Amino acid sequence: MTAGRSGNRARAIVAAVLRLPAAIYDAIIAHARRDHPDEACGVVAGPAGSDRPERLVEMLNAAGSPTFYQFDSGEQLRLWKEMDAADEEPVVIYHSHTATEAYPSRTDINLAQEPNAHYLLVSTADPDSVEVRSYRIVDGVVTEEPLERTA
Amino acid sequence: MAVEVKIPTILRTYTDGAKTVPGEGANLAALFDDLESRHAGLKGRLITEDGSLHRFVNVYVNDEDVRFTGSLDTALSDGDAVTILPAVAGGSPESGVAGGSQNLDLVRADPTR
Repeated sequence: MTAGRSGNRARAIVAAVLRLPAAIYDAIIAHARRDHPDEACGVVAGPAGSDRPERLVEMLNAAGSPTFYQFDSGEQLRLWKEMDAADEEPVVIYHSHTATEAYPSRTDINLAQEPNAHYLLVSTADPDSVEVRSYRIVDGVVTEEPLERTA
Repeated sequence: MAVEVKIPTILRTYTDGAKTVPGEGANLAALFDDLESRHAGLKGRLITEDGSLHRFVNVYVNDEDVRFTGSLDTALSDGDAVTILPAVAGGSPESGVAGGSQNLDLVRADPTR
């Protein structure tokens, strides 16, 4: 094992799988479809440190835009306090792209500020099929990860 | 004015991992200067080079978003609770983000993190 290899390993993001319960997975898609052509956004909270997405919280897109999303600041504070009190964290942060693929845009990458979250993207660009993909975004580095819809 | 400041996950590298730190100041700008004296680099993540609050950082005093209470001039009283949260936002490739891309670069302006 060379020093270079161990150095790379230290920086590497732990390869992960996002396992999302089917009911939540389907509800996120339904939310994205409902808000189309505007972008939809929300959180799946779970016990801190567990990496288990358990509680879906649809958020208002304060930007109300087909090309941008932003949580309402008051709603975000309420949810973050609620999660803090329940020892939860945002395991998944999701939003939709309504005219483009489910891949983080430069804006998404620059604004990603929750290093522990899975960033889930849903594309509703195609009315007949939906594309759902998951990423880690840390320090400007995007790492796609497998996504499983579990029973 | 002694207050308690909640630090979000992404900024805890500046506070040795602490979720909450004490601070003081007559207003928010003074508080950020005070925090900077013990947590070097933190202020640059909150305030732009032109001295205003970062567009994609939310700061609340007692649950009130300071954008509605005078931003950095918001007065502080003893025992106030200050919460810092990164905005959750993004866009699709053609969004171009109202306000210009320089705002985005400022969020990631600190190359040391």
